[in-house]
Amino acid sequence: MTAAHSAVTTDPEFGKTAGPVHHLSEDLLLDYASGALDEAASLFVVSHLTLCPDCRKELMRLEAVGGALFATMPPTDMSADALEKALAALDSSDLDGIPASASQKRSSDNSKISVLPQAVQKYIGGDVESLKWKRLGMGIETADIPLSSETGTNSGKRCFLLRVPPGKAVPQHTHTGTELVLILQGSYQDELGTFAKGDVAISDDTIDHRPVAAEGESCICLVVTDAPLRLTGPLGAIINLFVRV
Amino acid sequence: MEQFVELSNGVKLMSCLKRHDRLYPSDATATGSKKQFMTDPQNADAQQLIEWMQRLAVGQDRTAFAGLFGYFAPRIKAYMMRSGSDNAAAEEFAQEAMLMVWRKANSFDANQASVATWVFTIARNKRIDAFRRINRPELDPEDPLLQPSAEPMQDDKVIEDQTAQAIAAAMEQLPEEQAVMLKMAFYEDKAHSEIADETGLPLGTVKSRLRLAMGKLRSLLGDVEL
Repeated sequence: MTAAHSAVTTDPEFGKTAGPVHHLSEDLLLDYASGALDEAASLFVVSHLTLCPDCRKELMRLEAVGGALFATMPPTDMSADALEKALAALDSSDLDGIPASASQKRSSDNSKISVLPQAVQKYIGGDVESLKWKRLGMGIETADIPLSSETGTNSGKRCFLLRVPPGKAVPQHTHTGTELVLILQGSYQDELGTFAKGDVAISDDTIDHRPVAAEGESCICLVVTDAPLRLTGPLGAIINLFVRV
Repeated sequence: MEQFVELSNGVKLMSCLKRHDRLYPSDATATGSKKQFMTDPQNADAQQLIEWMQRLAVGQDRTAFAGLFGYFAPRIKAYMMRSGSDNAAAEEFAQEAMLMVWRKANSFDANQASVATWVFTIARNKRIDAFRRINRPELDPEDPLLQPSAEPMQDDKVIEDQTAQAIAAAMEQLPEEQAVMLKMAFYEDKAHSEIADETGLPLGTVKSRLRLAMGKLRSLLGDVEL
């Protein structure tokens, strides 16, 4: 959304790179930097960061503020034998055979460009082809991303991938909560503009829209919602009874 | 002795180091003139922290680790206690986080973040593990999808001392209500909504104060690259 976008454009260089046009809100980035974000929203943020050098840079700035606050924090004394214990732990750590420099290289298959960021692939064990799509009707499909069992802060959030065939529309709808959408493939257009790969759209109950996927390839999005959609088109009231998007 | 090796060559050269050098790092780094702690490691300066990190990455230097431990462990402990840990648990978290520092030393890049920022992210992730018991999805720097930055990363170089001091000074100048919110956000692991609950302020007010605080910090910091 444009409102979300403007929140992070304090840097004059922002948005001049080849990356996405519609960015994360500063709220999301700040909560991610401070460590307060739940799992679903963190996955969303990380996925956008993968595709967006501007927001990665912005995150580094926020983390630098966090680091400086951390460094200026009044320290609390450790117990007298703390260092001794730590050094002893290093010895057993050595025995684990984990060298301090171990860097895990993935043997990635470069023959084909993946659609899903690695952070998402970790949840489903592969790229889009390993997803089990569920048909919602009108050619639209969803595939849930299984989040780890969550305590408290996360409850009620849902994370899924949405696939809309080229040229097809998602029926007119609004949102009962906040919906985060990240385009991973293709693009769509709605009342607010065009959203292409890497772009973020943040919608709430003030947004009533009918996104239409561009011709060419199907549009695949990562979606995080904290409440169901509410269809607002002519048949919406009836369909709402049967479908939970 | 390998005290002049590049950080990027650390992997190869480290394996050449003799066990003796790892056990008695002061012998291995005898030519480093400022290796002894002149003062309490709690007051180490930024340059000292970077030097310790490099010695850790290259040579698994225990003297350097001891210095980093002296500086960071009490801060990690304080950070954890602010989040609600009791003394014993906070001490244990600090131990575990410092072990992560030891294990991940090679992934520290002085061009991307200050040592304090790097350790802060480790402590923060540790806190998420400890308190939320959720997976924390992380950015994979090797992801083939990673959209590269258009400009070289060197431009983002963070001069730790300057940044930390400048931020501390800038924090002093923030209106109390804004400084308090920043501290709640960063020290106490509070999301915007939780700060709103706790202070009784509307969510919109919390958001705008935090945004104002960040904006103010940036303008106060002027040329200092955050």
